[in-house]
Amino acid sequence: MVQFTLPKNSKITEGKTWPRPVGARSQREYRIYRWNPEDGRNPRVDTYYVDTGDCGPMVLDALIWIKNNVDATLTFRRSCREGICGSCSMNIDGTNTLACTKAMSDIGGPIRIYPLPHLPVVKDLVPDLTNFYAQHASIQPWLQTVSPTPQKEWKQSHEDRQKLDGLYECILCACCSTACPSYWWNSERFLGPAALLQAHRFIMDSRDEATGQRLDNLEDPFRLYRCHTIMNCTKACPKHLNPAKAIAEIKRMLVERQV
Amino acid sequence: MAENGKNDGSAPAINGRAYPIEDHAYDVVVIGAGGAGLRAVVGCSEAGLRTACITKVFPTRSHTVAAQGGIAAALGNMGEDDWRWHMYDTVKGSDWLGDQDAIEYMCRNAPDAVYELEHWGLPFSRREDGKIYQRPFGGMTTHYGKGTAQRTCAAADRTGHAMLHTMYGQALRHSTEFFIEYFAIDLIVDDEGRCRGVVALNLEDGSIHRFSAQMTVIATGGYGRTYASCTGAHTQTGDGNAMVLRAGLPLQDMEFVQFHPTGVYGAGVLITEGARGEGAYLVNSEGERFMERYAPSAKDLASRDVVSRAMTIEIREGRGVGPKKDHIFLHLDHLDPQILAERLPGITESARIFAGVDLTRDPVPILPTVHYNMGGIATNYHGEALTKKNGNSDTVVPGMMALGEAACVSVHGANRLGSNSLIDLVVFGRAAAHRCAEILAPNDKHPELPKDSADRPLSRLDKFRHASGGTPTAQLRNKMQHVMQNNCAVFRTGEVLEEGSQLIHQVFNGIDDLRVSDRSLIWNSDLVETLEFANLIEQAVVTMDSAVNRTESRGAHAREDFPDRDDQNWMKHTLSWLDLATGKVTIDYRPVHTYTLTNDVAYIEPKKRVY
Repeated sequence: MVQFTLPKNSKITEGKTWPRPVGARSQREYRIYRWNPEDGRNPRVDTYYVDTGDCGPMVLDALIWIKNNVDATLTFRRSCREGICGSCSMNIDGTNTLACTKAMSDIGGPIRIYPLPHLPVVKDLVPDLTNFYAQHASIQPWLQTVSPTPQKEWKQSHEDRQKLDGLYECILCACCSTACPSYWWNSERFLGPAALLQAHRFIMDSRDEATGQRLDNLEDPFRLYRCHTIMNCTKACPKHLNPAKAIAEIKRMLVERQV
Repeated sequence: MAENGKNDGSAPAINGRAYPIEDHAYDVVVIGAGGAGLRAVVGCSEAGLRTACITKVFPTRSHTVAAQGGIAAALGNMGEDDWRWHMYDTVKGSDWLGDQDAIEYMCRNAPDAVYELEHWGLPFSRREDGKIYQRPFGGMTTHYGKGTAQRTCAAADRTGHAMLHTMYGQALRHSTEFFIEYFAIDLIVDDEGRCRGVVALNLEDGSIHRFSAQMTVIATGGYGRTYASCTGAHTQTGDGNAMVLRAGLPLQDMEFVQFHPTGVYGAGVLITEGARGEGAYLVNSEGERFMERYAPSAKDLASRDVVSRAMTIEIREGRGVGPKKDHIFLHLDHLDPQILAERLPGITESARIFAGVDLTRDPVPILPTVHYNMGGIATNYHGEALTKKNGNSDTVVPGMMALGEAACVSVHGANRLGSNSLIDLVVFGRAAAHRCAEILAPNDKHPELPKDSADRPLSRLDKFRHASGGTPTAQLRNKMQHVMQNNCAVFRTGEVLEEGSQLIHQVFNGIDDLRVSDRSLIWNSDLVETLEFANLIEQAVVTMDSAVNRTESRGAHAREDFPDRDDQNWMKHTLSWLDLATGKVTIDYRPVHTYTLTNDVAYIEPKKRVY
């Protein structure tokens, strides 16, 4: 009989429980995924206790509090801390989201944090996004025109500009793509919701004159059609965008141009 | 690949451990991938120069992404406008510390720079007729101060995000070579004082990379994180400024730190000035729109330094709101919800998340919050870095440029106007690229790097990586941030600044006792935060001591013991050098450029600054 075994270092073990803060009136338990490629050990889940009286309200505040006060080796990305740079995306309480805009009061019980799922882990909560970025680049996310460039701005009506709302605001945090089961299975060939949302953003731009080529580039059983309308992307998006709808629009346009 | 410790001219092994070094050669190396860095990268690539861009965060995570309100350019889409009026406003906003040749360059080139961004695809908000929408912003007027200008081109309240993503797209179009999540440790400067490149740490695997370049462009942003509360990102640590200090070069006008009037109370996140541009206003605990008293004509749309001071006075005199009477309210609840949804959706969300406020019903609690550093690396309007040598204060540092918030061109002088930073990024990013195209030959052979080029950066890295003192980085950083917050704030006095100087030097001296816990090489963020802290504290020291030194009030530098502007003695730029061994700051001056670039506009004479 065939025997399946998981790769050696994919088994997550129970990690260290760090000391509770002294004199804290209220505290929260954090259970955080740790993996250091240099120590040769399996990934583990460490337990920390955060003094909520000495800490801001967001999950990112707690991570920073832990790094500053308990364990300086805890590793995660962060930058703007206001939900616009997309650095601190991670899996919190079972959902992909931004640590900086996720209030810990919205979560009951111990707060469990893992890196974004189904990506190679570089260290702790830092995933490798190389493939994700390459896919974004592959849809050519820049305006393409053939008409002579005007002296001043390209005119764009108020209505045409409104068609970009809900599309251009993407912050490339990868919460959507890494929440998509289709992407988990086929991330090397399926572009994933984030890249497709950006493809749609340029297709919808009244100034762009490469719609045909853009659609050609997407008409592929894997690049586009691995989307099975699971909608996890839309559910996960911390900016409340709707990649699933954008993908459906692309599919509709592909059908429409055939009839 | 060279390995140090071997007999090939690379750095010796330090601390018994050798770091492998990978060498790269480019015509231009840009450090930083924010608005200014990306604009320079695109321009240099277009000019056929081999260009690399090193950045410690993925490009679209640079803090340009958080700019909200817009980008200033006299397009005249909303009514009469003229770049000369924009220039007048900028000079007045700068409290006459701005260099008028550079300001002329920026304002007259602003419209083209905005059209270029639009042609690249930036999704600007639109007027009904299809033109770019422009909103009023603080200090922006028509007819030399007489009317209110609508000059700030906006993509809702996410202009920086739209701009950065657009420029990243252009960089992709030009197949830019990015080195992403590489942390620049130190510049390579040869014996003749020419900048020859930079040494950087690849966070992903801990490898060391030495970049040789004909031109090194520093676009590393500001250093807001010297303060406890700032609107800036955690990564806003002014790494380029500190590298310049360590190269023995001065920074300019570091005492001028802008407090944005409307940071969310507590969280410190930004609420755009565009909110007031769209009609929002400030009130104190008595429900009074107090800005009418301080700036009868511009009111809530006075310049940022003016509004921040007015708010501070209101709070000080007991008219703050909240249980501790320690902040102010910003009202947007009278605005049409449709306007909020269309033009201010980002801050509507920010206010909900960070202040728990529904903007359509309740006011947002806000407080002046550190936002922008007018000071930085002195440059001319080509972006070339300057120093003072043999009495010539316009001496170009060969091989080095600086752009954006890291630079001090100086277009912002003592106080920057809102929406002038985004235009600064693209106008001077473009100017720097033009200059590179003009003075560099593509693929020119590089002279050999100095033999010890990696020594200084590597010993710095090694020192901090193995730091095993008694003070964790976070603890010393916290101390620095509170000293700056308490002793170098909106209002300053000699006494408080002197005390601040003593305290900040104590923090500086504490660096030898730092402790780093993470000894790994792969994504060692404890080490990076320590390198960043070391960069911050150098700038904090220089900022504090420059503030002690300037005995007048000008723009963002408000001395209560010297309440007036003193053009006789102080219409000059501060240059400050830092002695790294002792922390001693040496100060000298550069004259303000009191001339314009062309005869199209006359020098704007200093006068009293009233809004």
